[in-house]
Amino acid sequence: MTIETKAETTLGITPSQTIGPFFAYALTPRAYGGPELATEQVATDGIAGERIRVEGTVYDGDGLPVGDAMIEIWQADPQGRFHASGNAGFTGFGRAETTSEGRYFFETVRPGGLPGPGGARQAPHLTVSVFARGVLVRLATRIYFSDEAANDGDPVLALVPAGRRDTLIAQRGGDGVFRFDICLQGESETVFFEA
Amino acid sequence: MSLIYPPQSLQAHPLNASPEYKSTLKRAPSQPLILLPHTLSETTGPVFGHVGVAEGDSDLTRQHEGEPLGERIIVTGRVLDEDGRPVPHTLVEIWQANAAGRYVHVRDQHPAPLDPNFTGAGRAVTDADGRYRFVTVKPGAYPWRNHHNAWRPAHIHFSLFGASFLSRVITQMYFPGDPLFKYDPIFQSVTDEKARDRLVSRFDIDTTEPEWALGYQFDIVLRGRNATPLEEPHDH
Ligand SMILES: [Fe+2]
Repeated sequence: MTIETKAETTLGITPSQTIGPFFAYALTPRAYGGPELATEQVATDGIAGERIRVEGTVYDGDGLPVGDAMIEIWQADPQGRFHASGNAGFTGFGRAETTSEGRYFFETVRPGGLPGPGGARQAPHLTVSVFARGVLVRLATRIYFSDEAANDGDPVLALVPAGRRDTLIAQRGGDGVFRFDICLQGESETVFFEA
Repeated sequence: MSLIYPPQSLQAHPLNASPEYKSTLKRAPSQPLILLPHTLSETTGPVFGHVGVAEGDSDLTRQHEGEPLGERIIVTGRVLDEDGRPVPHTLVEIWQANAAGRYVHVRDQHPAPLDPNFTGAGRAVTDADGRYRFVTVKPGAYPWRNHHNAWRPAHIHFSLFGASFLSRVITQMYFPGDPLFKYDPIFQSVTDEKARDRLVSRFDIDTTEPEWALGYQFDIVLRGRNATPLEEPHDH
């Protein structure tokens, strides 16, 4: 199958700008009493699947916590299906503001594996976007899970230099919580993607 | 209908490493980005429809008992894809400072007055033609300490989803002719002049309503082009 684009001319896209420091009262307005579009509670009642908690801290290049970031996640359900509509059931979308200590968490269900490029299966993962003051364009990354054997065959992890792959894998602690820190810059910098 | 997302389009964006904007110095990744294939995780995204959007969310002048102070304005436009086709039923979230240049946010310390009749947050969903419309007041410029005598040009923050996470964007809308443009490293982080111009709304006399409010048009172009799968040649 060949793909071609029809239109002869295209419009340039609207460039990205930083979310800035003052988004919370609009995008994550719990403390302001505003209506929340989505929260860190992604697993809604009645959704089957293994409940998981992912938490971590966002750090800057000096190792200081980033207390004004917004994290969004997007994921498939345990059967590896994305929902076309958020009107009912499992939306697969979560949004969280970091605390002043840079911390965030999500409570969700473990996603299933997915088809990937070239017929390879993708290991279960969360798609992650990071927005913050000082970040001009959405930073895209992924959260994989340390206890998934399928990580070894994942076609996206395979694109990442072996020495940096660990930055994409949430480690499960003794308490069952998956820990995933996001380092925007520096020695243990998280892998970010151009998508 | 499926969309494709040519990577060249991303060139309109600023670089995260834009050192004139000081907050990027410790927050921009230093390692090269890794090119991600567009799998289902990327080419899908949340669809909100009217979920979470209440009647009146798009009129920021009517969220309190009284009317906010400032210059009442209408901000409207269309959300389009790169082929110029409307993006219908997509969520648009906005937030802004009040007319004095002060945000409701608890950490905004600018000594300008809060307005008890203005929060500055709004939501809308585009119609079948991709159009959205907000009524608000013109935000004031505000100082921000990035460098000596640093002032942000008046702007409204916009957040959009579009068809998938590849079209997800957060940006800022500016007002035409602002004398602060040339001093603002956030606006100037978009290095291509034509791309930068796309961040500036257009005053429109036809959108302006007599005896009531000035009108500004701001179209937003999201990533995504029409992918036309050509049928395999028939071999029978
Ligand atoms: Fe702002």
